[in-house]
Amino acid sequence: MDNKVKMQAKKVDFFYGKNQALKNINLDVYLNRVTAMIGPSGCGKSTFIRLFNRMNELVPHTSLRGRISLDGQDINDPSVDAVDIRRRIGMVFQKPNPFPKSIFENISYGLKVNGIKDKAFIEQKVEDSLKKAVIWDEVKDRLGDSALRLSGGQQQRLCIARCLAVETEVILFDEPCASLDPISTAKIEELILELKKDYSIVIVTHNMQQAARVSDYTGFFLLGELIEFGKTQDIFTAPKDKKTEAYITGRFG
Amino acid sequence: MKKSVIQNSGFFLIFLSMLTTLFFLGTIIYFVVARGAEAISWSFLTQVPRNAMTEGGVAPVIVGTFYLTLGSMIFAVPLGLACAIYICEYSPKSFVVNLIRVSINNLAGVPSVVFGLFGLAVFVNFMGFGVSILSGSLTLGILALPLIISASQEALMAVPHSIREASLSLGASKWETIKRIVLPTALPGILTGVILSVGRVAGETAPILFTAAAFYKRGYPKSIFGEVMALPYHIYALMTEGTHPDQQRVIAYGCSLVLLILVLFISGFAILLRQRQRSWHG
Repeated sequence: MDNKVKMQAKKVDFFYGKNQALKNINLDVYLNRVTAMIGPSGCGKSTFIRLFNRMNELVPHTSLRGRISLDGQDINDPSVDAVDIRRRIGMVFQKPNPFPKSIFENISYGLKVNGIKDKAFIEQKVEDSLKKAVIWDEVKDRLGDSALRLSGGQQQRLCIARCLAVETEVILFDEPCASLDPISTAKIEELILELKKDYSIVIVTHNMQQAARVSDYTGFFLLGELIEFGKTQDIFTAPKDKKTEAYITGRFG
Repeated sequence: MKKSVIQNSGFFLIFLSMLTTLFFLGTIIYFVVARGAEAISWSFLTQVPRNAMTEGGVAPVIVGTFYLTLGSMIFAVPLGLACAIYICEYSPKSFVVNLIRVSINNLAGVPSVVFGLFGLAVFVNFMGFGVSILSGSLTLGILALPLIISASQEALMAVPHSIREASLSLGASKWETIKRIVLPTALPGILTGVILSVGRVAGETAPILFTAAAFYKRGYPKSIFGEVMALPYHIYALMTEGTHPDQQRVIAYGCSLVLLILVLFISGFAILLRQRQRSWHG
């Protein structure tokens, strides 16, 4: 299995004010692979994933050191537009956050803000995205309904479809199943495995079984440090670090 | 004393307060309707006053109030909304901005007659607009500004952070996010604020006393630089001056009823809008 690096974090330090939230993180995200980040609450994994699409710069009094790159290009370089980065690197959030608009408009929004006006193209893209996110059959007869009337699991798949529509390359999942029931969770996991054929995926999760089920690579975070990173299989069967072992065997966390 | 006794007497007091409030509200509506109804007719609503305002209709007065209210909103809504957007979305969270915020809230508590004097000094005299629809509209607009700003602020702040992030994460700029996601989501709340301030502005007397209102003016207003008759001031004029108090009183109650219905109508519209917003979120 030869892996191509899609995104790379090098010597990343991150601060909230004077508080250091991340310490010297080095991690590669491979093309068409699922990379999971696990660790107890407050370990910095969500903070870290939000650096990949520059969402943290919206939080005041934060600062970043180190380099994060996409296809070899530093995404924080002054010549790079955050808006462009965020289009290429989509994000699915912890709580489903559809816009208070119709199902159709939720998907077409991303196209419209990226300057696409061709109606036929938009309609086709909406359908394709909803199909890819395996929600088309459930909503095709009510595209004009408010997205807020969908169930939590449906909303989350709609949010995934929303990312797909703007031709994102990487999808960041920030605990996407934290507020979903087991059946919806299973559907999302299935979808992630399907999506990795076309996208590179990063997922933050609290749920170790979930990481084991969906990911190819796993990073274990603790108190802002990346304790161990490697193939998911190795991390879960033969962790090198004692702290990783203690966490995945459920001794803390 | 037993807990249940304390509890029941507490409930009783609260219930009594509610009844008292309801009583006054009911009495006001009853009086205005009972006394105003006899004045209301088609000609009352469509004709000009005659015989030193003892006969005829109040159509120009209604039109005057309409102009003043519309003018004040044309001025106050864009300005207030822009101000709220700046404070909520763009300004850094600093001491100065907090100070501005507090000042705006305090401005809402300033007596309306003070706004009237301000309007007289600035719009009528300093800017030379004279006693006119323009001066009155601007004065009423300033009165409405804090209401619109704080209502808009609340509506904007109620827009969840999560959908802003969703928009940004799709490659929308901050301005696009505000324009296409935040404002439409906040719109019902903003409109509710606007409509409630319309109700307030339509009924204000003191701010137009020195800036716009005429005791009597022949025919309909022709220019925004002219004086105008308006419902609240007309009521005041009918009740305090003139030669036929008995006939005038009937007209005054008629005007009160018109004003009451106007404001009720406007508030009803606001309630309807809020309901629609809730149904969309359900």
